[in-house]
Amino acid sequence: MSTSTAPSAVSAAVPQPYRVVSRRVDTADTVTLELAHDAGPWPAFAPGQFAMLTAYGIGEVPISLSGLPDPDDDRARRLTHTVRAVGAVSRALHDTTVGAMIGVRGPFGTSWDVGSAEGQDVVVVAGGIGLAPLRPVLHAVLAERPRYGNVVLLIGARTPADLLYPDELLRWGAAGVQVGITVDRPADGWTGHVGVVPALIPIARFDPARSVAFVCGPEVMMRFTAQALRDRGLPASRLRISLERTMRCGAGWCGHCQLGPLLLCRDGPVVDYALAEPLMKIREL
Amino acid sequence: MMPQTREEVPPPATIEAAALHRLFDVLHARGYTIVGPTARDGAIVVAELDTADELPYGIGVDTEAGRYRLRDRDDRAAFGHSAGPQSWKSVLHPARAPLWSADRSPDGTVVVREPAEQQHRYALLGVRPCDLAAIAILDRILVGGRHPDPVYAGRRDGNLIIAVECTEPGATCFCTSMGTGPHADSGFDLAMTELLDDDGHRFLVRAGTAAGAEVLAELPRRPADEATMTRASSAVADAATRMGRSMPTSGLPDLLTDSRESPHWDDVASRCLTCGNCTMVCPTCFCTTTEDVTDLTGDHAERWRRWDSCFDLDFSYLHGGSVRSSGQARYRQWITHKLGTWHDQFGSSGCVGCGRCIAWCPTGIDITQEVAALSLLRLAAESADGKDDR
Amino acid sequence: MTDDMFSRVGSLAFFAGLTREQLRALAGAARPVSYAAGARIFEEGETADRFWLLEHGTVALDLQVPGRGAQVIETLAGGVVLGWSWLHPPYRWQFGAVARESVEAVAFDAGPVREHCDADPAFGYAMLRLFTPVITARLHATRLRLLDLYATAAQAGQP
Repeated sequence: MSTSTAPSAVSAAVPQPYRVVSRRVDTADTVTLELAHDAGPWPAFAPGQFAMLTAYGIGEVPISLSGLPDPDDDRARRLTHTVRAVGAVSRALHDTTVGAMIGVRGPFGTSWDVGSAEGQDVVVVAGGIGLAPLRPVLHAVLAERPRYGNVVLLIGARTPADLLYPDELLRWGAAGVQVGITVDRPADGWTGHVGVVPALIPIARFDPARSVAFVCGPEVMMRFTAQALRDRGLPASRLRISLERTMRCGAGWCGHCQLGPLLLCRDGPVVDYALAEPLMKIREL
Repeated sequence: MMPQTREEVPPPATIEAAALHRLFDVLHARGYTIVGPTARDGAIVVAELDTADELPYGIGVDTEAGRYRLRDRDDRAAFGHSAGPQSWKSVLHPARAPLWSADRSPDGTVVVREPAEQQHRYALLGVRPCDLAAIAILDRILVGGRHPDPVYAGRRDGNLIIAVECTEPGATCFCTSMGTGPHADSGFDLAMTELLDDDGHRFLVRAGTAAGAEVLAELPRRPADEATMTRASSAVADAATRMGRSMPTSGLPDLLTDSRESPHWDDVASRCLTCGNCTMVCPTCFCTTTEDVTDLTGDHAERWRRWDSCFDLDFSYLHGGSVRSSGQARYRQWITHKLGTWHDQFGSSGCVGCGRCIAWCPTGIDITQEVAALSLLRLAAESADGKDDR
Repeated sequence: MTDDMFSRVGSLAFFAGLTREQLRALAGAARPVSYAAGARIFEEGETADRFWLLEHGTVALDLQVPGRGAQVIETLAGGVVLGWSWLHPPYRWQFGAVARESVEAVAFDAGPVREHCDADPAFGYAMLRLFTPVITARLHATRLRLLDLYATAAQAGQP
């Protein structure tokens, strides 16, 4: 797992105005925005990192990148963020329109370090909105497909209508990714799995002795997913999760994102499970 | 930014107390805004000073757990007082600061402006050794990481630090335990030790940097003689033996990690009001939050930063509730961070032994006593488990 | 046929830990089955006279809800056991089961297995030790779904 190695290309304290160039409605409460920068150097985001997004006049929240700019394609220099409306600021970001300006600070945080899984199987397990920060992992792996073994993507969603990126899931399946989807509550016509996502782990095809797992979702879901992966023999040292705490700066100054010894804006959000597990067991830490 | 401590400096000098007026003139002539202690509203606070007359001559303090009173001294010592409710973070890391403002034009373009460059260069006069250590800690957190904080960096840039060693520790002081005082040995441009005896009211002054030496060179002074230097160092060494509190620091981070499920937190919670006074007076507590404001048109927005406290219920708000909602979880967070996980995050303890939190806690909670209690409880638990005492 | 059944039952990971004698008793009540996609395996309310070890394919558990039809409550796949209502009176299925895709499984006759449990307490205890964790795990998973973890605070109805 690596820390962010590129220096901030934008001021760490001042949000740079980015223009919303596209807005796609994903579900009833989630949209995916593409942001473009009119001028200035491009910040080098790695999968797993986040930006602090400002809705001018409303506030700022940390949102993981759900798609990285293509460094080789000028026209594809977009920051992609999938935003779920859960509070005042995320609601404002969710409701934004194409052409509006959003402030961006970043990159911040640790990355999934996808490259460290080269030569091994890749197991990606996503719960709910947790698929968004994991999407760049799939992109990175598929961009260098021969370097990886089996690629497994397991997704848990509340209902079929809450599934993110359904078209992309089909394309990934066609590209050789084992895609397993389960919902908590089926809808009429749903022919997929019904149940919790750890139940899909025993039937996924991967070699736990040569796999790296990337897990993101609600903390409870991550804990039980980790347990199921460990039951299959995957060691905690090759299991990475993305943790979340409230953030007021993203840059290591405000003290809000602490989880025990970790500052999640600096030592996370991606954390090795071996380090995270004991911390997650302590109530109100 | 931090004064170097191994530059060529002249030997120590002695100045008369009256030379403090000249010190003010010299600093003003060099463009410094002088910040130092003054008595106001029943406390010795940190404020901008225009003349040396504003120093708290002859004023001492009487402190204990949950208690702080000014008292008249029977001499005219200018620095005869221990730490008051404010620290140098009032200057360097202010309670409110603007971060940026933005204006949206009719075509939707947003222009963001940073605040104007910091105009003041501060001379910090009267920095105690514990507070020197606190400034070094804030430096590491706010400008020593991968993203320097522009507000702190701007205010810290060009500081002239004039330390004053302690010869009279307060009842709640324990700098000796934390290795931060009462002797000042680095991190200053000038260090003064106040002496008041039959030979008069004077200061032994040591320069720590070339910048400090330049200022010293403009003061009426004489080379410090052996007797003065001995008297000063004895007074400081003596102060080290008269600390009001002590803190066993060896193994503290482990003690706090081991104590995460201790029954002691219930005990503290029954006394702690979660008022956050401790975080406000602590010279190393740095947590802040931000507020975005806008005018009625919504076309002008600003972000302001203000102090925040981990005791605030909303500090850990996430997804509809606070992670640390109980008082005991919040007290545990504060003390565990200050004495334990601070090491993991920033490579040192967060506590400098200034004792402010003890004095300013309305219920008199004493961080040194809480550590002692946790230590005893762990010992008892280990004996009960049949393990060897560590 | 019985020898094939014995080695097939013996190779099922679910039964690891049983003695040879216990496996033999189970194999005696076992036969291979397969279901086409969409085939109903059992109806809610029917006599619970069998249980299955699923080897390949997915099975959906459902309940008939008036006005809403068959509601899927859970799907099972890969190496898990289907059915525990055979273990205790009234020996009736609490839900139905349908093959989602073609399913291959080993079916066990509940009657002979129950008789053997009564006759040999050690065998009965071994069976309970196998099945109780399954029930616990399913209950736990159901409770996790009740927590509605993927919902926002607003969706979950919190203040």
